[in-house]
Amino acid sequence: MTEQLDAGLVAERIAESDQLGRPSDAHEVGRARRRKEDARLVTGRTTWTDNIQLPGMLYVAFLRSPMAHARITRIDTSAARARPGVVAVHSGQDFADEQGSLPCAWPVTEDILIPDHPPMAVNEVRYAGEAVACVVATDRHRAADALEAIEVDYEPLEAVVDMTEALAEGAPRVHESGNRAFTWKFAQGDIDAAFRDAPVVIEREYVQQRLIPTAMEPRAVVAATDGETFTLHSSTQIPHVLRVMLAMTTGIPEHRLRVIAPDVGGGFGSKLQVTAEEVLALLLTRRLGKPVKWTESRSEGNLTVHHGRDQLQRIRIAAERDGRVRGVKVELLADMGAYLMLVTPGIPLLGAFMYSGIYKMDAYDFTCTGVFTTKMPTDAYRGAGRPEATFAIERAVDELAAELGLDPVEVRRRNWITHEEFPYTTVCGLTYDSGNYEAATDRALALFGYDALRAEQAERRARRDPVQLGVGVSTYTEMCGLAPSRVLGSLSYGAGGWEHATVRMLPTGKVEVVTGTSPHGQGHETAWSQITADALGVPFEDVTVLHGDTAISHKGMDTYGSRSLVVGGVAVLSACEKVKDRARELAAHMLEASADDIEFSDGSFKVRGTAQGRTIQELALAAFAAHDLPDGFEPSLDAESTFDPDNFSFPHGTHLCAVEVDTETGASRIRSYVAVDDVGSVVNPLIVEGQVHGGIAQGIGQALFEEAIHDSEGNLLTTTMSDYLIPSAADLPEFTTDRTETPATSNPLGVKGVGEAGTIASTPAVVNAIVDALRPYGVHDVRMPCTPERVWRTIAEARSTGPAGTGGPPEASAAGSAPTSEGGLR
Amino acid sequence: MISAPFDYIRPASLEEACRALGDAEEAGDDVKVLAGGQSLLPLLRLRLAYPSALVDIGRLPEPRGVEDRGDHVFVGALTTHDEVMRSSVVRELIPLVALATATVADPAVRHRGTFGGSLAHADPAGDLPAVALALDCVFVVRSVDGEREIPASEFFVDYLEPALEPGEILVGVRVPKLGPGWGFHYEKFHRTAQSWATVGVAAAVRLGEGGGGTVEEARIALTNMGPTPVRAHAVEAALRGADFAPSGSNGAPDRIREACDRADEGSVPPTDLHGGPEYRRHLARVLTYRAVRAAGG
Amino acid sequence: MPRITVSVDGVTYEEEVEPRLLLVHLLRDRLGKTGTPIGCDTGNCGACTVTLDGRSAKSCSVLAVQADGSEVVTIEGLARGQEWHPMQEAFHAEHALQCGYCTPGMIMAAIDLLKDDPDPSEEAVRRGLEGNLCRCTGYSNIVRAVQRGAREMARQEAPRETRPETRQEAPAS
Repeated sequence: MTEQLDAGLVAERIAESDQLGRPSDAHEVGRARRRKEDARLVTGRTTWTDNIQLPGMLYVAFLRSPMAHARITRIDTSAARARPGVVAVHSGQDFADEQGSLPCAWPVTEDILIPDHPPMAVNEVRYAGEAVACVVATDRHRAADALEAIEVDYEPLEAVVDMTEALAEGAPRVHESGNRAFTWKFAQGDIDAAFRDAPVVIEREYVQQRLIPTAMEPRAVVAATDGETFTLHSSTQIPHVLRVMLAMTTGIPEHRLRVIAPDVGGGFGSKLQVTAEEVLALLLTRRLGKPVKWTESRSEGNLTVHHGRDQLQRIRIAAERDGRVRGVKVELLADMGAYLMLVTPGIPLLGAFMYSGIYKMDAYDFTCTGVFTTKMPTDAYRGAGRPEATFAIERAVDELAAELGLDPVEVRRRNWITHEEFPYTTVCGLTYDSGNYEAATDRALALFGYDALRAEQAERRARRDPVQLGVGVSTYTEMCGLAPSRVLGSLSYGAGGWEHATVRMLPTGKVEVVTGTSPHGQGHETAWSQITADALGVPFEDVTVLHGDTAISHKGMDTYGSRSLVVGGVAVLSACEKVKDRARELAAHMLEASADDIEFSDGSFKVRGTAQGRTIQELALAAFAAHDLPDGFEPSLDAESTFDPDNFSFPHGTHLCAVEVDTETGASRIRSYVAVDDVGSVVNPLIVEGQVHGGIAQGIGQALFEEAIHDSEGNLLTTTMSDYLIPSAADLPEFTTDRTETPATSNPLGVKGVGEAGTIASTPAVVNAIVDALRPYGVHDVRMPCTPERVWRTIAEARSTGPAGTGGPPEASAAGSAPTSEGGLR
Repeated sequence: MISAPFDYIRPASLEEACRALGDAEEAGDDVKVLAGGQSLLPLLRLRLAYPSALVDIGRLPEPRGVEDRGDHVFVGALTTHDEVMRSSVVRELIPLVALATATVADPAVRHRGTFGGSLAHADPAGDLPAVALALDCVFVVRSVDGEREIPASEFFVDYLEPALEPGEILVGVRVPKLGPGWGFHYEKFHRTAQSWATVGVAAAVRLGEGGGGTVEEARIALTNMGPTPVRAHAVEAALRGADFAPSGSNGAPDRIREACDRADEGSVPPTDLHGGPEYRRHLARVLTYRAVRAAGG
Repeated sequence: MPRITVSVDGVTYEEEVEPRLLLVHLLRDRLGKTGTPIGCDTGNCGACTVTLDGRSAKSCSVLAVQADGSEVVTIEGLARGQEWHPMQEAFHAEHALQCGYCTPGMIMAAIDLLKDDPDPSEEAVRRGLEGNLCRCTGYSNIVRAVQRGAREMARQEAPRETRPETRQEAPAS
């Protein structure tokens, strides 16, 4: 029923936008505009990086280490060089003097160890997949063939796979300097007092398994030079950051380096990186004087696109008997992998302030240790730190509810910040500007049919149905809209969090918006057009949004961390306001009125109380002609703005998930999923809904399907899409979504960001549901991903070790007996 | 990724194909037969196989198609999964084949992948080998020396190893019709819609008069419970004469379940990312019960 | 090197190809049909789905030589002039794409599934698209788009001879 309701709502919104035409009082902001981006995407007229062909282009292929940890004792490239079509073959030694070190922009502590990270390994490899040599050939086939003719001798070194073992005395070292990259601490309030004599203490350990982001477009790079200047096309989220970093790494002067992110097929954080392949492509084109292209294969990408998550969490909650939380203490081990990449060490810090969630408490204590292992480095993946934090607190609050025999929603109600308490400064020191947890939760409960599902659950438990029903709750918030530059500075991040926009009024009255954000699926061309259309009173169709090319958009901080609208969209609005100010001044001059008497509406500047006016298009032409401008007025209406937010934004919401767990096979099936999100004011509800849907799907992926699995030697086993399972349409339910709206007070659009919300919210909702289904069996946790085997084993282990008579349906009819220690990957 | 180079031979007839294959084998070349290529091409692209040549039989006019031949249905090796699923002869006369084929991969793969290719690939995680084994199919293979027949029980020698001699090509499969009174089910358990069966169970069950009576005969085979598909002989024997009435009625023990609890006997389940042997044994028992109930119901 | 003849989006090409050349590489690298992208190397993702002799196929799992004499339709061959195929329209209307990388394959697979089931249920759409992975949308809008496209295609295919008459009396429903 609820699904239909939701589909109906959307259909209504679409119909509305179909029929509306454009009455003069209609706002573009808030309309379900269909996307401008779609035209080229649905017709195949896209420019993916791999589509780019340049005259004389050469193709690069990388030979990658088959071992996680080894010393390179010999590389012989002579046979490969002799292969037909081969132009060059290089090993790391050939680049040693010029390749520099891949950057880490977030040294989170003063004593952090940041090991040298050569783009191509020179003496030692530290993860399977690290590049050790490359071939440049006249086509991709010849390049791939010649790789097999390169001889490399490795002297195996001990792999370091497990974080706990990595920190043990005498463990083999990933780097000479040791396996502990840093320890970062943060404490607020008196944590000892909170735990002293606490009536209830919940202590749990959670595993945030390693994930492979799996954007649908594999990475690709095209580098070219005319001898003076360099152009790099890359499937990246961060053309601007990349340009700065590549200039610093390669020594190519920044002003002679142009970086272009053409159409980019998804990122989810994985393309927020400065990669070895980008650096090496530049070095190769510099050496060879020819354009070079490298395109990743999926199996290569699974090995070498940075991974996400991979944390071990210990969370402790001290609470009163009535469920009120006194304090939370968190200890993290975060797997850095073999090197610190662009923001690797900062990822857990983005979660550090979120373990208090939406709850009030007196004390908080957080410690995180970053650990080196011989695996692909980790870095940003959708949510980056915040999904991990939200998972831990939302799982632990459910455990608290179970411990106290309270409904999980009720425990949350007793702890959350109430709507009249905003703005509220949390125990972590963040000031949540606005929100209404009650409203979102009540709406979600109603859409979900919470009480009916609880009744069905009780009924299934009573009749010992082998298929049990679980209900999972997740009341999340997150900090996004990255970020106030001064806060980033205080956290030792290497750059700011501002965003830039330029608005150009063309002589014919059309508008070009240049944004520093770099969309790769988010729909900025549409949403920025909506903002601009409203601000300037021009038709939506008359706006073009330019992005993703440092020669066109010279200034920006790019797209990640749900920042684009909250920072970049606000910059667009602010630039539009400046254009309007200039237009107002020109209008006043032309109408021989005082600027204070000029009113702006519907794209026209009119003298107050008269019909006399000039449209913004007329003013654009007048500024272009420049025949009659006020004294000292530069002949242009164009304006730019660089916006730096004062605060993060804090979307929140309540996600509810009903899961059927087949206790005989261990299979979990999501039966219904309701998400009510509050992302503040909404520019385009279609885009917001799409972001929520996709986010939920990725969060479900972590809960049920996805894990990068290594063997004890550190080899990745999930190198293909047959092994690393991402869900298809057939594996996911229809989502029921709705919104509540409490505008952000931290920006003039009232927006909060939506890119990561779904992913942050959904993982704990799903796992809470599975655990909820299995509580009668004595189950308190299922490690992610909750694979059928793992669920089955967890039930069996709970049965054999749990207290006798734990109620529920433990004697239900499952065939077979409790497992022994035979085989099985865990 | 990009496959290593290979030669390409496109014979004009099956005879020519056999000859090409025979010649190549004689010369010591590693030649592979290409039909739909849906299993082979990914292996080549990942450079997990380096054949010196492919003999492409994919566009030969025969053997393809489905034919009712009285006591059995002949399914030509080149018949695509999609054609098999659509065939009314298959759906009516050998429905277990239709049920299992519908679970193979995805629609685009089923358009290209062939019935014979899947079987000759002899992947124990494939869905069709267990069906062929359960139904006692007969494999018809041809070489320059002529045709011979291989019973399903002998066709699957080892992991990815069919009982094809050098120079032999699978021409088609005789699928026995089991006649009236039989019910069928293919129970596939997998983690995502696309993934291979963690375990699958092909079941054919014949009940005595009146439907709800006793099991007269059952044929059960398991997918991905060893290096080859596994026939669950112990279950078949134990099911014979078992009361099919719903469990718990009359307080009698559920003999169907007791029988199915023997499903893993004789299996050598593999370990992979989706499950270890112990879990697979358990799944085999659970799924066999479900398959038998569904087939008999 | 084998010489093949293949028709792609209505144009006949004659090409000499290495046997190992994949159909998708022929399309992209040789014929400039870059609308069809590559997302994996195991046939799982479906981004490269095209129509090959009338039915969907993953062009990364077909050799170019296997397509000799065949007719291929890619995402670039769907629109008629400026007029999009109803399924392209539907994906746009229902916001069934974000980054758009899976979209060409998804649209080709969607059109194909309607050949067997012109009015598919939600479940049928989900099953029919199990071989096409999307990382952005969570699929809900894709399912809606396919159903919307199906309705529009059915409307367009309605018997033409009866249309002019009925149009006067009652609008087509």
